[in-house]
Amino acid sequence: MLFFSYFKDLVGREVTVELKNDLAIRGTLHSVDQYLNIKLENTRVVDQDKYPHMLSVRNCFIRGSVVRYVQLPPEGVDVELLHDATRREARGG
Amino acid sequence: MSWPAPDDVLLSTSLATYLDKKLLVLLRDGRKLLGLLRSFDQFANVVLEGACERLIVGDLYCDVPLGLYVIRGENVVLIGELDLGKEELPQHMTCVSEAEIRKAQKAERDATDLKGTMRKRMEFLDFD
Repeated sequence: MLFFSYFKDLVGREVTVELKNDLAIRGTLHSVDQYLNIKLENTRVVDQDKYPHMLSVRNCFIRGSVVRYVQLPPEGVDVELLHDATRREARGG
Repeated sequence: MSWPAPDDVLLSTSLATYLDKKLLVLLRDGRKLLGLLRSFDQFANVVLEGACERLIVGDLYCDVPLGLYVIRGENVVLIGELDLGKEELPQHMTCVSEAEIRKAQKAERDATDLKGTMRKRMEFLDFD
């Protein structure tokens, strides 16, 4: 559940989601669920010319299983906090 | 089975907000399906009414009508809401008939095949 909580804290931030099919989408994180499915708003595809069919997609749902990376804003990562949470979770708390 | 509270439904990651809207569904094999979302579940299995497949080759495109589709969730990559106020495709793209798009697909396939065989024939040169 750690990463679920972690992503929930990132809601409202601008992220780039890179999929396993190399499609990279940038947008505002709207919500995440337990499968790490992601909903983005105000999306734009990083390489628009290569994916013309994505032109009019503004909001989208991405299935968690096809995500390769989520690129986060640097200020969205609190390493200390993540560190503590990881230890807590490892202890089973 | 418990259901989230109504407020939760709108704010959550569920596909409920997309019901009865025209969507673009991207599949793992690269296919692009368009249609109205009529049903879904937690695996992202979806039912599309009036589905069609959008075939794109270069600057040509064609929407092939398919009918009612049930898509197994594991094949879904992305479900996008289409902004109706915006052009679905760039202006320079032309809508053609299915026959024409199939011809273009074949031409593209032949071109890549040819590139492959050329490369194979040149392998003895051992570029590395």
